[in-house]
Amino acid sequence: MRSRIALAEKGIPYEYREEDLRNKSDLLLQMNPVHKKIPVLIHNGKPVCESVIQVQYIDEVWHDKAPLIPSDPYQRAVARFWVDFIDKKIYELGSKIWKTKGEEQANAKKEFIECLKLLEGELGDKTYFGGESLGYVDVALVPFYSWFYAYEKCGDFSIEAECPKMIAWVKRCMQKESVAKSLPDQEKVYEFILQLKKIFGIE
Amino acid sequence: MAEVKLLGTWPSPFYYRVVWVLKLKGIAYEFIEEDLNNKGPLLLQHNPVHKKIPVLIHSGKSICESMIILEYIQEIWPQNSLLPADPYDRAIARFWIKFAEDKVNPLAFAGFYGEEQKKAIRDSLEMLETTEEHALRDKTFFGGDKIDLVDIAFGQLSQWLQMVEDVTNVKLLDASKFPRLQRWINNFKQVPIIKENLPDYQEMFAYFKALRVMLLSSK
Repeated sequence: MRSRIALAEKGIPYEYREEDLRNKSDLLLQMNPVHKKIPVLIHNGKPVCESVIQVQYIDEVWHDKAPLIPSDPYQRAVARFWVDFIDKKIYELGSKIWKTKGEEQANAKKEFIECLKLLEGELGDKTYFGGESLGYVDVALVPFYSWFYAYEKCGDFSIEAECPKMIAWVKRCMQKESVAKSLPDQEKVYEFILQLKKIFGIE
Repeated sequence: MAEVKLLGTWPSPFYYRVVWVLKLKGIAYEFIEEDLNNKGPLLLQHNPVHKKIPVLIHSGKSICESMIILEYIQEIWPQNSLLPADPYDRAIARFWIKFAEDKVNPLAFAGFYGEEQKKAIRDSLEMLETTEEHALRDKTFFGGDKIDLVDIAFGQLSQWLQMVEDVTNVKLLDASKFPRLQRWINNFKQVPIIKENLPDYQEMFAYFKALRVMLLSSK
């Protein structure tokens, strides 16, 4: 979704192809032989793998439209730091919330909220992490919002109650067409997680 | 001239990555050794989120995470460029840097004992195979004819891998199975800046061996 938002922000048309991860296509295996994972961006026949790398690539190739990554090297390093933080923490902790129970789940919830609060601190009073317009950190973080409802239901807690600034930021992002059209519906994601729980035998 | 300070710890491979790049670009800096068992106020102030080394402090501003530090250095001091200029080639370089971060970095903290050992060995061999076949292929260096940030990212394989093997008595990089990687290790260690800036092997071995004994006895 990160790359979809980036491409939409810059008004770059693209063809989207859905992959069935239980039956990976020849194209996927050819374009990402190392990891065999999505998303893969194919530009002029050449593949770019890993979402954070794709967003940087998109920003560099179409640098004159809606820049996402700061031009100042220090601000760029700060943005990269927070994207790295998001990748290290948010996905793993979120997964633990729906996959585990009891003490493990409680610890995951606590740490997840702490991470969101750190991100709220970084956001401060800005409209977006990128300032007045969407930036690299916004694009990296906002797709996780689709999973928030599932985390809340599985973990029996309210993210908005704990991190109101974060949800306020999400709502501002969702007013942008590039974000609203790229993010999957939260209810559908929750249904998907419930199916996964059945498959993995998690109550 | 602006001030550059580097917070680091011997013999961390992540600290050495930054040393190599600062020296390759001829940047003067002050080294501040951190005691990770007794983290100083400077570290806690400049890396409050992770409290880890290395940290680069440039004109009072702190940059954390070794590969982020290296991209910052590359941008501020572009001489002796260590990343391709073309955006696609740069995306490929960043892919392999991320691969090294995800798959090679864990070696620095490798369990390699008990039940963890089998999985650690399997993961390491898979990483070496992918690196040999897909990342390095027939090039002298990951960067082509000369080293670049991808070589620096894989730098841990040059000496720290052997140390893990010697300390744990597990052979991972068999030169007959990984001839290209073995050649790369030899070439990388001959690059003058790298050669002059590697931790003393015997000292490092003794240090990690003692650390491993301590960890094993506490389990």
